[in-house]
Amino acid sequence: METPYQNHIDKADFDFVYEPAEDSFLLIDALEKDLEYLQLRKPTFCLEVGSGSGVVITALGMALPKALCFSTDINLKACNMTKSTAIRNNVLLDSINMDLATGFVHHKFDVVIFNPPYVVTETNECGGCGIEASWAGGVKGREITDRLLHMIPKILTPNGTFYLLLIEDNIPLEVVQIMSTYNYKSETVITRKVRNEQQLVLKFYR
Amino acid sequence: MKLITHNMLTSKCLKGVLTGYPLAINATDVKVNEVDFNPDFIARIIPKLDWEVLWRAADSLGHSEGLPQVVESNYEANQEFLKTAHKVLLEVEVEEGYLTCPESGRQFPITKGIPNMLLTEAEVQ
Ligand SMILES: C[S@@+](CC[C@H](N)C(=O)[O-])C[C@H]1O[C@@H](n2cnc3c(N)ncnc32)[C@H](O)[C@@H]1O
Repeated sequence: METPYQNHIDKADFDFVYEPAEDSFLLIDALEKDLEYLQLRKPTFCLEVGSGSGVVITALGMALPKALCFSTDINLKACNMTKSTAIRNNVLLDSINMDLATGFVHHKFDVVIFNPPYVVTETNECGGCGIEASWAGGVKGREITDRLLHMIPKILTPNGTFYLLLIEDNIPLEVVQIMSTYNYKSETVITRKVRNEQQLVLKFYR
Repeated sequence: MKLITHNMLTSKCLKGVLTGYPLAINATDVKVNEVDFNPDFIARIIPKLDWEVLWRAADSLGHSEGLPQVVESNYEANQEFLKTAHKVLLEVEVEEGYLTCPESGRQFPITKGIPNMLLTEAEVQ
């Protein structure tokens, strides 16, 4: 998978929007590893929740030219940046300023991806809509992620796939258990140790 | 905001709102951006849409010309139809304006093509 151009972005904007980092690229690498599976399923609509700069969904859109991409972010500046990243790389995308995927009608998306705010923090640190929302994850670093987990069965099409980046502190096994109560199977697509953080990408499907 | 996106948006998260669909569109700036035409892709999208909602949205923006109110049965083979659908789904863009919840009247601004669907805590179910 190709890395999208980012030379249209003013570096100063990364004071307000999450700058692509190892986790962003791990998610791209996971999608690349799973590209054949994705191509076989011929996704029509793909959604990235919390798209930040937009590099991940744009990379996916470049790899799946027959899909239409959507992105949400709670941070308006991130929505603007995602849109410009898609345009810069000729990817068809619509960007929406939205909490997770709360404003969509049900069962539209064949692929949903999320690199959440996963850092363990106090509960009151998470839930903002500025740069702090890109990392502050509350208890277990899972407060934002868990809210999305319960929406996934309604957001995905019946054959849809959900890719989620986590770190070990998030207790991935619990996430797998939550998703299994909704009859989702899971797989670890890729793992990587970044400094002292064990990052992984899980995939959920039925 | 493209009309394909409008077809998927709802305000049902608002407290007291049942379906919140479709949202009314009020546009003060609409653009038509050229997008490569891929008939197979458009044909794949059609069955995933609420066509009536698409038609009414296009009509409210003054872009329903040539767009049938009902999809005919072998639409996949009708290039002219697919081309019109392509334009309405992917090329017409609402840059500025707002969406309105059909039940509560709550407005959601669209700025630089990006709808703001955020709700305050007090507004959520
Ligand atoms: C770790 S950053 C990832 C950004 C980008 N996807 C990447 O991989 O580089 C998490 C993103 O989620 C967004 N976010 C946090 N809470 C959110 C929520 N409730 N709804 C939508 N987006 C949210 C943040 O604004 C931020 O852009």
